[in-house]
Amino acid sequence: MSDRFVYVTYISTTPEKLWQALTDAAFTREYWWGMFLESDWKQGSRWAMKFADGRLNTTGEVLESDPPRRLVLDWHNEYSPELIGDGPSRASFDIEQIGEMVKLTVTHEAQPKLLESVSGGWPKVLASLKSYIETGKPLPNPGNCAAAREQAA
Amino acid sequence: MSMDAVFKALADPARRRLLDRLYAKNGQTLGSLCDGMAMSRQAVTKHLALLEEANLIAVQWQGREKLHFLNPVPINEIAERWIGKYERHRVQALADLKNRLEGKDSP
Repeated sequence: MSDRFVYVTYISTTPEKLWQALTDAAFTREYWWGMFLESDWKQGSRWAMKFADGRLNTTGEVLESDPPRRLVLDWHNEYSPELIGDGPSRASFDIEQIGEMVKLTVTHEAQPKLLESVSGGWPKVLASLKSYIETGKPLPNPGNCAAAREQAA
Repeated sequence: MSMDAVFKALADPARRRLLDRLYAKNGQTLGSLCDGMAMSRQAVTKHLALLEEANLIAVQWQGREKLHFLNPVPINEIAERWIGKYERHRVQALADLKNRLEGKDSP
């Protein structure tokens, strides 16, 4: 682990609903422009992130699972030849109720190259997630994140 | 967590400088952020508190060290609110032009 990015967003929702938004395939498809996550989300289980057409994007192990508060995922890129085998990477999701808002902190620790590829993506995904939960509408596909490029290809 | 707080936080050159420094090197302590800033530790602490209030920086503890991270989420929201939607019209206009030139109807 050589580097870390931290993203924080405040969403008007409940921790339970936010947990569902992060882990439920049908939910993630809505705001993540077709991408979906699959797992039983138990500690030690495998998890996968897939493109809309079912191809693998990222896989790994569920390192920690404490619904609806904390989820830690081991993160291996499966689609970019440049990033496969780029060393260990880990994404943590911390959910905290603060007044009427829920604070979501996404911490991604990875090698610089992978971080570069995800760091442009997380803020857009989180903005779309917030918009989808609060207004029922996701944000338009930014078109310049890796996932979108792959989908368009 | 209002956009007012974000614009207010960005309206100060010292605070923008702190963000630039975190962009160059993320995850710094107060001590390392004070280096090279022509102001007291107390003043830097105050600026950092304002940036944290605006959610432009996130703080994490690593052992005894309090690390400051640049949080680009609010800036992305500003980009989406003030740039993205205008840009999309232009992209759509170009797509329409292309379709018209190629003799296809607008989708």
